Amino acid sequence: MSPALVGVGALLVALLIVELLIQLNFISRFIVPPPSEIVGSFGRVIVEEHVFSRFLLTLGECLTAGVMLTVFGIAGGVLMHRFRLLQQACETWVAAMAAAPLVLAYPLFMVIFGRNAWTIIMMGFFAALPPVILKTIEGMANTRKVLVNVGRSFNLTPTQQFWKIMFPAALPTIFVGVRLGLIFALINIVGVEFLINYGGLGQLINDLAERYDLAGTYAAICFVILVSVLFFMTLEKAERWLRPID
Amino acid sequence: MPSNASANDAILVADDIVVRFETPEGPITAVDNVSLMVRPGEFLSVIGPSGCGKSTLFNVIGGLLAEHQGVVTVAGETISGPHKSIGMVFQEESTFPWRTVTDNVGFPLELVGMPKAQRIDRARHFIKMVGLDGFENRYPGELSGGMRQRVSLARTLASEPKILLMDEPFAALDEQTRLLLGDKVLQIQQQLKQTTLLITHNITEAVQMSDRILVMTYRPGKVKRIVDINLPRPRTSEIVGSEAFGRYVAQIWSDLREEASRGMQDEEKHALEHHGAAS
Repeated sequence: MSPALVGVGALLVALLIVELLIQLNFISRFIVPPPSEIVGSFGRVIVEEHVFSRFLLTLGECLTAGVMLTVFGIAGGVLMHRFRLLQQACETWVAAMAAAPLVLAYPLFMVIFGRNAWTIIMMGFFAALPPVILKTIEGMANTRKVLVNVGRSFNLTPTQQFWKIMFPAALPTIFVGVRLGLIFALINIVGVEFLINYGGLGQLINDLAERYDLAGTYAAICFVILVSVLFFMTLEKAERWLRPID
Repeated sequence: MPSNASANDAILVADDIVVRFETPEGPITAVDNVSLMVRPGEFLSVIGPSGCGKSTLFNVIGGLLAEHQGVVTVAGETISGPHKSIGMVFQEESTFPWRTVTDNVGFPLELVGMPKAQRIDRARHFIKMVGLDGFENRYPGELSGGMRQRVSLARTLASEPKILLMDEPFAALDEQTRLLLGDKVLQIQQQLKQTTLLITHNITEAVQMSDRILVMTYRPGKVKRIVDINLPRPRTSEIVGSEAFGRYVAQIWSDLREEASRGMQDEEKHALEHHGAAS
């Protein structure tokens, strides 16, 4: 039996259990709507709430923030690993930033970027940057010394040493950082869409929740999960392409 | 200086190498006035107990350790860092996990800008030489420890070094694999007339493969004795059962035993001191 089939089966069983618990009044349907109602509301949410355009907006914001955090996060991590003083001076701040509830700074971002998608993207980007930087530093620092020595024994230039040994050796750890970063980005993007009522799936969740359309709210959350799934599948493909087997 | 090789006909000369390290317990002399010479096509092994500075000497000769006294020359040229004439095989597993066997072996050829088709051909030649044909497209993660060490060896051979410098390349392998890989190295060394310097703590391995064996003392690492191995060539691992082989092993062990005992006593003393300080 394939793992994917088992995964889908486990999800269906879990939903069935929730459905039963709600139907038997163990869980209040005014707090958690029955899964059957959520499935039934998909058509309505898709047609009436223009979910496709909202989905594309959130996906686009995530994609932009994802590309930015990959480029700047990895570059930042590499620079901090390369210049010890910079790392000693800034690593604690970056780690502190990872734990800070940056979403609360959304009014400041709105003042700087205006009430538009860039506020949302930049909030997602800044909130997701620390794990990428920290994991890049970790990956570079943990490159096995013997691999570096192999490079030295072949007289590699510092640029060759980086591109041919350090970077590919650090890739699995960097990918962990990018994955974590994307989770942070998605949470913040949907959260800020929710807060500033600008658009995307976050705003839809806000609207439906305020209308007390619980089934619709959960259906919209399913689309957020779909964005997340799409990102992780793409990332996994990219990782397999860059590092086929470890 | 060893008497049975003169500086003129040597391809590799290490002269009066001294390496000192600063430690929390004070400075330690890891290598003390070690001199050696290797002639073209010769197989020289450096053997000694753990902590005698063998790997430090490997790093000095390979140009990876700059802080030392003394001079290393390759064909008369003093080296001040890694030298293109010296190919190194490391003790630890050192294949690139993100590259296939062919790409690992072709790595040094890629660095010199060899066209891809030619590089693959050349890499396959060395893959075949180490007996890994059929595994060209596998990744190191799909291979055993012995096979990975053969990939490392093939990668180093692909750079066509004048001197092959190996630091206990089979240390992590079981005895049977080690003997069989020793056969492979001997076969390649004889085929390529490859000058080889092997660092090892394994007496059987050293006697099986070497023309000469340099025995080092426990810390500070000095040259204790150089033993000529007059066993017939070509050799295979079958030679380990011969009487002459046994005599060489016994002779080297009698030299090493004293040093290994000193090493063990030193470690016990340190452990006791640490334990005393801790309690």
